[in-house]
Formats: sequence, C-alpha cells, structure tokens
Amino acid sequence: MSAVIESHDDHHHGPAKGLTRWLFTTNHKDIGTLYLWFSFAMFLIGGAMALVIRAELFQPGMQIVEPEFYNQMLTLHGLIMVFGAVMPAFVGLANWLVPMMVGAPDMALPRMNNLSFWILPFAFLMMLSSLFMEGGAPNFGWTFYAPLSTTYAPPSVTFFIFSVHILGASSIMGAINVIVTIMNMRAPGMTLMKMPLFVWSWLITAYLLIAVMPVLAGAVTMMLMDIHFGTSFFNAAGGGDPVLFQHIFWFFGHPEVYIMILPAFGIVSHIISTFSRKELFGYSSMVWAMVSIAILSFVVWAHHMFTVGMPLAAELFFMWATMLIAVPTGVKVFNWVATMFRGSITYETPMLFAIAFVVLFTIGGFSGLMLAITPADFQYHDTYFVVAHFHYVLVPGAIFSIMAAVYYWLPKWCGNMYDERLGRLHFWLSFIGVNVTFFPQHFIGLAGMPRRIPDYALQFADWNMVSTVGAFLFGASQILFLFIVVRTVMGGKKATPEVWEGAQGLEWTVDSPPPYHTFSTPPEVK
Amino acid sequence: MNEGGKKTIKMLSLAVLGMFFFSFALVPLYDVFCEVTGLNGKIDLSPSRIVESDISEGRDITVQFVSHNNEQMPWDFGPSDEVINITTGKYYTATYYVKNTTSKAMVAQAIPSVAPSNAAAHLKKLECFCFEQQILKPGEEALLPVRLIFDNELPDNINNIVLSYTIFDVTEDNLDELASYMHEHGEDHHSMGS
Ligand code: HEM
Ligand SMILES: [Cu+2]
Repeated sequence: MSAVIESHDDHHHGPAKGLTRWLFTTNHKDIGTLYLWFSFAMFLIGGAMALVIRAELFQPGMQIVEPEFYNQMLTLHGLIMVFGAVMPAFVGLANWLVPMMVGAPDMALPRMNNLSFWILPFAFLMMLSSLFMEGGAPNFGWTFYAPLSTTYAPPSVTFFIFSVHILGASSIMGAINVIVTIMNMRAPGMTLMKMPLFVWSWLITAYLLIAVMPVLAGAVTMMLMDIHFGTSFFNAAGGGDPVLFQHIFWFFGHPEVYIMILPAFGIVSHIISTFSRKELFGYSSMVWAMVSIAILSFVVWAHHMFTVGMPLAAELFFMWATMLIAVPTGVKVFNWVATMFRGSITYETPMLFAIAFVVLFTIGGFSGLMLAITPADFQYHDTYFVVAHFHYVLVPGAIFSIMAAVYYWLPKWCGNMYDERLGRLHFWLSFIGVNVTFFPQHFIGLAGMPRRIPDYALQFADWNMVSTVGAFLFGASQILFLFIVVRTVMGGKKATPEVWEGAQGLEWTVDSPPPYHTFSTPPEVK
Repeated sequence: MNEGGKKTIKMLSLAVLGMFFFSFALVPLYDVFCEVTGLNGKIDLSPSRIVESDISEGRDITVQFVSHNNEQMPWDFGPSDEVINITTGKYYTATYYVKNTTSKAMVAQAIPSVAPSNAAAHLKKLECFCFEQQILKPGEEALLPVRLIFDNELPDNINNIVLSYTIFDVTEDNLDELASYMHEHGEDHHSMGS
C-alpha cells in the first residue's frame, strides 16, 4: 500500500488507458502523436487523389474519370495536402518538440491544445463528405477564386467554407499555444538567442499564422455572404470585384507558403549540424534570415497575379520584392552548405533527407525566381512550370523535412531505432520518385502545357507518361514509410537517450522514450 | 499560467480579431486605392463637374467603344459608333444601343472599364448610363448616352483608349425595384421577371 502511495507522490502519472487517453489527453506528447498520425492519414488520402489525377494524365484523351470529377480531385488534393497533411504535421512536431526543446513541462494551454486537434478531423470529414453530395465536391481549385467558388460553385461550397473556418480556428489556437509556450515557459537561462532553431522557426511561423489565418477566415466569410446573403464583395454586377478576391486570397496565400517552409528550415538546421558533427554555421544570421523572410512575405503576394492587368509600377514592385526574398533564402542555403563543409559527415536517413532538401528546395527556389520575372511569368503562368515549382518546394521541401524529422526524432519518441537499411531504401525510392514525377513538369510547362486541365495536346504525351510513373513510385514508397514507422513503434533496437552521437539540445538529455511528463522541474541552461 | 502568459494570450487574441477585421477593411481600402491611383481601370462612378478647357491646348486621341454581355445576359447591347476621334479637354456624347430581347421585364447594370488603366484617372463623365440600373420592358429598346471628357493631363504616350462596358443581368437582386417601376409605369405584374 505504501508503495502505491509513494509512486503516486512521484508526480509521474502514466497515461490513461484505452481510447479515452487519446480523446481527453492534454499531454503535449500524446497530442503531437495524434497530429502526426492524422497528418499521415491525410497524406495518404491526398496522395490517392494525386494518383487519380496522374492516372488520368498518363495518356492524352479522357480515359478514367469525368472532367468534373477530375476538378474535384484536383481541388481536394491541394486543400488536403496543404491544410491536412503539411500544416498538421508541423503542428505535431511542434507539440512533441517545442516543450522538450525549451525545457517546459507541457504546452502552455493544454486543454486548448486538445481542442485544436480534435476539431481538425471534423473539418476534414466535412470537406471529404462533400464528395457524396449533390453537385459533388468543391471543384474550383485549392485557390478557390471567385466567382468560380461563388456564382458557379456546387452547393457543397457551404460545407467547404465551414471546414475552412474550423481548420483556421484550429491553426490559430495552435499558434497561440506555441507562442505563449515559447515566450513564457522557457527554462531559466534559455534566452531567445539560445533557442534551438526549430523553436525559432516555429515562433516566427506562429506569428505568421496569427496574421494571416484570420484573413483567410475573412475571405471565406465574404464568400459565404455573397452566396447566401446577397452581398457583392466579389460580384462585379453589384459593384464588387473578382480581382479583389485574388488580392485577399494571396495576402493570406503567400505568407501561407512560408508557414509551410519555415519549420522545415528549423528541422534541417538541426539535422545537418548533428550529422556534420559541427556547430551550425551562422546561427544568428539564420534567425535574422527567417525574420526577414517572414516580413517580406507580406509584400510579395501579387506575384501570383502578374497577369490580372496590374499597372507597370505594381508589376515592377512585386517583381523586385519577390526577388529580394531570394537573398535571405540564399543566406540559409549558404549556411547549411558551410555547416557541412569539412564536417565529418555520415549519411543516416535523416541526413539523406536533409541534404536532398537543400538541393531540391534550391531548385524550387530557382524556378520561383524565374516565375518572379514579370514578363517571363506571362508565359509561365498557369502552366505546368508553376506546378513543378511549387511541388519542388513542397514535396522534397516541406514533406522531405517532415520525413527527416520523423527519422531523426522517432527513436527519441518511441525508444526504438528504425531499420537504417529500410530507411535508406525509403529515401532513395522517394528521391527518385519525386524527381521523375516533377522534373519533367518543368519541360512540359515551358512548352506550354496548361495546368488544371484533364486532357492535353499530343506533344506533351511522353513526359506526362514519365511523370505518372514517377508518381506511382513515390506513392508506393510511402507505404514502405508507413511500414518502417509502425515496425519501429512496435519494437526494435533500443535507442540511447542521446540517440545520435553529439546531438545538441535538451530533448536528448531525457530518456528514450521520454517519461510521460518531462521537465516538471525546469532544467538549468548555461 | 503566470501574468506574462495571460498578457500574451490577450495580445494575440486581439491581433487575431484585428486581422479578421482588417480583411474586411481591405475591401474599401482596395476601392479607394484603385480610385486614387486609377489602377485597375476603375472609373469614378459619380458625375463630375469638370469645365471644358481651351481646345487649342487639347490633343487628338481615338476612343474605341466595346461591349460585353455577362454570362447569359440575352439583351442586345453595343455602341452606336465603335470609334470616335476626339480632342482632350472637350465634352463628347456617345451612345450605346440596348434592347430587351426577352418576354420579361428585366433590370440591368453596366460596369465600365478603361484600358490602358492609367487613362482612367483622366476620364471624367458628366453623365453615364452606368451610374444607374436600366429597367426595360419586354422588347423595349433604348439609346443610352454617356457624356465624357478626357482632361489635358492625359499622358502623352496614350493616343488610343478603349472604353468597355459589360452588361449584367441583376433582375434577381432587384425584384422590389422592378415591381415598383412596373407599378409606376402602369403595367400589371404578369410580365414581371421570374
Ligand atoms: C525564392 C523563393 C520563391 C520565389 C521567388 C517564388 C515565386 C513564385 C511565383 C512568382 C509564383 C507565381 C507563379 C504563377 O502563378 O505564375 C509562385 C507560385 C507558387 N509558389 Fe513560390 N516562390 C518561392 C518559394 C516558394 C516556397 C518556399 C513555397 C512553399 C513552400 C512556394 C509555393 C508556391 C505555390 C504553392 C505556388 C502556386 C500557387 C498556385 O497558383 O496554386 N514558393 N512562386
Ligand atoms: Cu508566393
């Protein structure tokens, strides 16, 4: 009896048992796990939709789906990958890592944390259920330009609007939680400029979320009012303006793309430094680069709208402002390369993904620069070149960084090492798959193949076939990823607390797996 | 939660609210911005009171008129003259022909646009059918005037200006106006729009 009381006094309650553990949990590690699994499920669903798209594009002509259904797949694929896969994965990583990295016992607002996760599945259930509604799912592209998404939208658009409201609320609550945790719960001695870069990257990302998710909510609210309450925000006949929609959307949309890449910058900085066995080169310039990227991201939105008919002065302004962002981005790439320079590098799976990130993200940055040249963009806009650009920054960019993070921290989370040989196999299959899928899209884009069209002219046939083969390879290799992760969670070689030789940071000072509650008494940071 | 934490939460919640309202503030801001700068080919939609200036300071320019029917708008709609040669600083009147080709009374709204867009700031209209909605009975036709002037400050590199009108069917949104119009003009309700 006394033993039971004693262990209770220890303050280390284990988790509750069964399903209620996950439903009612306020533990940052549990919630992190939930976010990550949710994101993976969305990744597979969104991926299956992408394969429907690629299967249709395997050959010219219409073979598999109706054009209407193709549009729905395209729209849902984009929305699910952006809001369901990439963003929740980063929030999951923040939940697992931010408290452990700053030496806090949990997130600042644990109950809100539970809420912000559990409303997400409802948002996406609602969005996906529109597939079975009369008129079908949203079919206006992930950018939902009015009047396509208002006057011409299927009736299910109302459900789309509500699901965007919900997932926006989820992101905003998540961001508030991250900021309050970082600003108020750091261990004594951890000054801002001593914070790990992943924490910095998330702090900046959270501020971006606070600034632009409400604007997205505003945009869909205006749509709702135009559709149901007879207002004319975007309806020209009533004095509104469809171009205004594009301005509001991209005012949200461009910072949004940085929301999807800044945490990746943080992750990659950790991994490259660990496996090069060197301090990260230029820590403070990394921080300032991220801050300036975040600020600049508010003044470049119209590079998505060069062809709507803007005056010359605006075209020039947005061209130069966009190119300016390449400077801090270049600083970051330079620092990563400088960190690896003369390092004692080993090539474990996280490092392979991180190096591929640096190389392939940079390719995406370069195609971005080409798109930023206003006169050239008149040629490239709405072609597959744009598709190639943003998939390079998002797939081998954001998604590779998430995979790198999973391989890097998974042994910490579950206490077991993953199978290194399988991990490398997964990397190489993904690496080849991604490039075979998206590199040819540069060529067909420059040759003029329009995006978002289910059929194409004969001269694009060969590269489209190649691209589809690559897509199925990439898709299949993610099943291997699932297998590796599940097997690691179930068992395997035990991981040490440090996991990786010389890894820096508070998360490596606790056991692998960490106790359910870490840092109940804050650690001392020198 | 310590004091600092509470304060941070309060500030952040205010920022969220602020940004939500900011997104709505973008709507009027956008219009003001476009009007002040003449961007987007948007034209001041109120009658102006500009006086004609000395013609000898004016410059010869060409104005082309075009018309579009939005969506399924069935009316006949087009400029009486497709091109006019005019001088800046002097008023001209152009007309558009319009006919309701349907068997129902309808309400229409024309929306103007100017290309190149930096000419918009120099176009003033004393009178324009786009200032108000048009109601036409079945089969009714009309000549709609626009009285316009380009001021002498029109940039030198602009010699050719396109003035475009798109006509929208706004019957659905103006059933009340239509009903009272038909009432005043002694029509029964049978010929009203859907
Ligand atoms: C050096 C950095 C970058 C530059 C100069 C750049 C530039 C551009 C430009 C000019 C476009 C518009 C192309 C068009 O529609 O004609 C564009 C589209 C896009 N970019 Fe980037 N970009 C950069 C980085 C990124 C990053 C880091 C991401 C995301 C992680 C990203 C995601 C996107 C997306 C999603 C689109 C397409 C949106 C759509 O129309 O559906 N870009 N980029
Ligand atoms: Cu952008």
